[in-house]
Amino acid sequence: LVRGIRRLSAQCRHHSHATVIGTEPNRSDPYFQENKAKMDELIDELQQKTGDAIRGGPEDAVKRHTARGKLLVRDRINRLVDEGSDVLELSALAAADMYKGQVPSAGIVTAIGKVHGRDCMIVANDATVKGGTYFPITVKKHLRAQSIAQECRLPCIYLVDSGGAHLPDQADVFPDREHFGRIFYNQANMSAEGIPQISVVMGSCTAGGAYIPSMSDESIIIKNQGTIFLAGPPLVKAATGESVSAEDLGGADLHCRQSGVTDHYALDDEHALHLARNVVANLNWNNDQRARIYSSKIEEPVHDIQDLHGIVGANIQRPFDIREVIARIVDGSRFHEFKQLYGDTLVCGFATLYGHPVGVIGNNGVLMSESALKGSHFIQLCAARKIPLVFLQNITGFMVGKDAEAGGIAKNGAKMVTAVSCFKGPKITVIVGGSFGAGNYGMCGRAYSPSFLFMWPNARISVMGGPQAATVLSLVAKEKAQREGKPWTDEDEKKVRGPLEAQFEKEGLPYYSTARLWDDGIVAPKDTRKIIGLSLSAALNAPFRESKFGIFRM
Amino acid sequence: YNHAQIKEKVQRTQISKVLIANRGEIACRVMRTAKKLGVRTVAVYSDADRHAMHVEMADEAYHIGPAPSTQSYLNASKILEVAKKSNSQAIHPGYGFLSENVEFCEKCASEDIIFIGPPPSAIRDMGIKSTSKAIMSAAGVPIVRGYHGEDQNIERLKAEAQRIGFPLMIKAVRGGGGKGMRIAMTESDFLPQLESAKRESLKSFGDDNMLLEQYITDPRHVEVQVFADMHGNAVHLFERDCSVQRRHQKIIEEAPAPGLSEETRRALGEAAVRAAKAVGYVGAGTVEFILHRVTHEFHFMEMNTRLQVEHPITEMITGTDLVEWQLRVAAGEPLPVTQEDIVRNGHAVECRIYAEEPAAGFLPRAGTLHRLTQPIAEEFVRVETGVREGQEVSVHYDPMIAKLVVWGRDRTEALAKTKAKLTEYQVAGLETNVNFLLRLSGASAFVAGDVHTAFIPQHEAELFPKSDTVLNENRAIQAALGHLLVSQAQLATNDSWKGISVPSTAFRPNYQLQKTVPLRFDEKDFTVTVQYTDVPNTYRVQVGDGEWRSVEAYLSSNEKGLRLNALIDDKISNIGLLTYEQQVHVYDETGQTVFVLPHPKFQAVSGLDPAAAANSASSPTPGVLERILVNKGDKVVKGQPLFVVIAMKMEYVVRSPRDGVVEAVAPFKQGDAVGKGTQVVMLEDQS
Repeated sequence: LVRGIRRLSAQCRHHSHATVIGTEPNRSDPYFQENKAKMDELIDELQQKTGDAIRGGPEDAVKRHTARGKLLVRDRINRLVDEGSDVLELSALAAADMYKGQVPSAGIVTAIGKVHGRDCMIVANDATVKGGTYFPITVKKHLRAQSIAQECRLPCIYLVDSGGAHLPDQADVFPDREHFGRIFYNQANMSAEGIPQISVVMGSCTAGGAYIPSMSDESIIIKNQGTIFLAGPPLVKAATGESVSAEDLGGADLHCRQSGVTDHYALDDEHALHLARNVVANLNWNNDQRARIYSSKIEEPVHDIQDLHGIVGANIQRPFDIREVIARIVDGSRFHEFKQLYGDTLVCGFATLYGHPVGVIGNNGVLMSESALKGSHFIQLCAARKIPLVFLQNITGFMVGKDAEAGGIAKNGAKMVTAVSCFKGPKITVIVGGSFGAGNYGMCGRAYSPSFLFMWPNARISVMGGPQAATVLSLVAKEKAQREGKPWTDEDEKKVRGPLEAQFEKEGLPYYSTARLWDDGIVAPKDTRKIIGLSLSAALNAPFRESKFGIFRM
Repeated sequence: YNHAQIKEKVQRTQISKVLIANRGEIACRVMRTAKKLGVRTVAVYSDADRHAMHVEMADEAYHIGPAPSTQSYLNASKILEVAKKSNSQAIHPGYGFLSENVEFCEKCASEDIIFIGPPPSAIRDMGIKSTSKAIMSAAGVPIVRGYHGEDQNIERLKAEAQRIGFPLMIKAVRGGGGKGMRIAMTESDFLPQLESAKRESLKSFGDDNMLLEQYITDPRHVEVQVFADMHGNAVHLFERDCSVQRRHQKIIEEAPAPGLSEETRRALGEAAVRAAKAVGYVGAGTVEFILHRVTHEFHFMEMNTRLQVEHPITEMITGTDLVEWQLRVAAGEPLPVTQEDIVRNGHAVECRIYAEEPAAGFLPRAGTLHRLTQPIAEEFVRVETGVREGQEVSVHYDPMIAKLVVWGRDRTEALAKTKAKLTEYQVAGLETNVNFLLRLSGASAFVAGDVHTAFIPQHEAELFPKSDTVLNENRAIQAALGHLLVSQAQLATNDSWKGISVPSTAFRPNYQLQKTVPLRFDEKDFTVTVQYTDVPNTYRVQVGDGEWRSVEAYLSSNEKGLRLNALIDDKISNIGLLTYEQQVHVYDETGQTVFVLPHPKFQAVSGLDPAAAANSASSPTPGVLERILVNKGDKVVKGQPLFVVIAMKMEYVVRSPRDGVVEAVAPFKQGDAVGKGTQVVMLEDQS
């Protein structure tokens, strides 16, 4: 009994007395049902597209790959990570509508997974996609994974099976700062920071690719399958006339017995992944140095997360109360709201997510001066208390107009942008609706280096709304026409508006965004709690960094 | 009984410390009662038993020699030395080992140490079959009709045969091991069988003297527990049926014997008491009878002058502690009760859990009990064991792991409980007879009480069903899901150090993880494909290329271990689950089903050593070739020395990296210098 009471009181202490928020929707309401039907469609589309992408390259390439006894890239990852563990795959739809749709997932899988209980960043080439060669987006995805690993201090495991740069794209792959060479720069610097770099050579590592295992702390190579050389047999033949097989030039025996480029000799994929797990087990990557935080049983949200479909819908012009979203993400739907009665278009408050404290910032309308001030205040509180931030972005922008300008919306908005920029703890952004203009900035858009950024399939992102942009441009054109004394017809107006609206519509889509790595992936509303949880969990591998704020213009 | 009364009547020897000259469950069993009575306990142990349960349980323990029992538990003088050194007043011999050893019994007497058992004369009398039969016959105990006479005239033998009746056993007097033994089913069989037996006996033993005995076809083995004190009192505690045997050893016993009339029961008991009295018996003893299946006519077979393995079932139906009686009687106390006080109540069954392989002729097995979960002892369930998880079942001793003793109000209840408790046995590391015991205790003839000594061969089809080797898909699904869920459960709390713990659900963003679990059952490989779904605890599952099925499953655990609750095809089953290394065990009403997760190819085929696949053996160092030990065409095995190199005063023996045939030996001779990596012996390519 005493133990029971102690447990009860421990729970009370842990879950605080924060209010349970959110409401049960009327599920038979036609508005709810219409929303749900639309969102269900979007989810079907998302799963369909993801299903297509994870099939990898063309069927014959997949067959050729498996016929050689090689595992498909995601099966490799499934073998590498702990059985039954979660894998946070990032940007599965990268390059989706680019390169004639021939490079699913950009030919590379990046994922955070647990190996022997350690969060690791896994970067794995898909050799069935154009031989695993690097297109510009492939490079961007590889670098993004490394930057997450560096920020979160995640050991990196590279499952290398790539023909190197995609030569026709060399200009967009090779020379610039954020191009191929940066991979090795990152490896060197992460290694210097004590973040383990591990390579498994499961196929070719030619030319530049040869540096991935060579720059690693420890590497594994598969017999009769993995090769590492600066120049392959054809180039060697051309350069020196020497005839040599790939295996003799840079195979496992050569590199494990003679050159010492690789450290571990594997007989097949399964063996190599087994060895990689052993390597991780021996990292002495001691996470236990920091204090263990008491964590009692986690409360699931009170409200059904599936209802988000009916609450949110597909039309971003339909407003919804962001508290209904928060109520379906945080533990026990408990939310301790901050300044509830002030600047009410921005909802700020404290909650826990899988037991860890978080500060949640969500939009309930356009950002006013008060909202921006409240947000800045709240971000500073979280920085001071070492509480990670979760941004739920659904924002058309900061308020415009004479009153707003006179009220100093520019300087107040700037305060929020400063606070977001300088907050150095983990920050995770989910775009749950619109992401427009400076609202994107204040709510920790991509440029503000959130640890992770995800979009819902109903989301839209652009500098402003398509119709607004069209209005601006048609006004400019009209003025110009009038200045030049030319007539301005409805027809002219349509000519200006039409293509622009179409362009904004296309470029504002989440698939357009995710293909270009403006985000880390599109996620379903129902998975949002899990995704933020896994992201936060990954981010917490790094110590909570101190924030130092710039000048807030008063 | 009345303590005060006894105190008045008897001159007692105080036993305050007892040495138990045994090991395993019986040593533990004796110690439990000794401790209850405030008697200090002394254990003895061999090298193999340094960490055994009986050693840990004892107040003192002494090492008595190496593992083989002839040098330890049978070493009488060493044990006596320990008894004196430890100031033990008495030795309890348990069963087996020295329990029926006359010399040991006499030595104890001469050393003034109480041997807890009968006087040496009783052991001796009962140890010699012909003597015991003569004594029994004289005491009016029914014995098997027979002829043991000197007169070997054929006519005399024929006449004796007619007197005894058929079927009849003809046995060589010098015989043994079945040699010179024949059965004559009818009178017309007699002469030819006698001739044949004589011929064989003469050839094997150089003697053709025969004895004749009544032969009882497939009899029952019924034994009576007796107890006698030094004051001339003797009682019986009813009978036990131990008919069902394998390799002439008991595996399941029950008390009382099923289907006997009260009259037969009384007659058995009284005959047993007469037998005990006839030899001046003291202490616990068992009088064994063979009982005709149909007529229930019984005959004395032999007397075991010790506490039997199966004594707990008698204790269960009579509410007694026979070890306590042993200690009291040995101390000179009279029996605590009279025959009238002993009341039979309910039914008890004992199953002997052995490390053995029933399907392979019940061959004993030895090894480590990597996992051992036993039923939990309750008021009507006793689990007598001397081993713990992680310990060895040694080749040196009896491979019995435990005795499961269950009491019920009647036989039906006792059998039902026995089966339920048997399913709670979870053992990994060694094969056991638990599944067999489950089938045995559920076999229709056994349930009907139709037991006899040929029960197992007669019911072979039912006891060793073919279905044992047919893959049960539901169990395969349970095993595969069990394996995945156990792995997952081990992850659940990994992240608590961060203050965040996201429960692992094999989550994948916007798609579902599909895992193929390779399994092996009965030497056949197959796969179970498991697809996770959005719905918690719900999976889509496919066995081999079969139909996809939706399955709900989750794990739980209690004091009996892991449980898997699985809904497959409209049936929810709650089964026991155990994962140990590459094995997944499923425990249900049929007992244990073992699935093996095959080792990955890289381990199974070539091992982790890359050299294992090599086709040549080369010098590990620059040096001088000392010797070449093989020639072209030689068959070599892995690890066999191929050649020797001397370098820096060190001798390097180069061994074969694998099994194979020598394809070539490099043209070096002794004294030639070789470099590092110089290939000296080439093996024929295998691939």
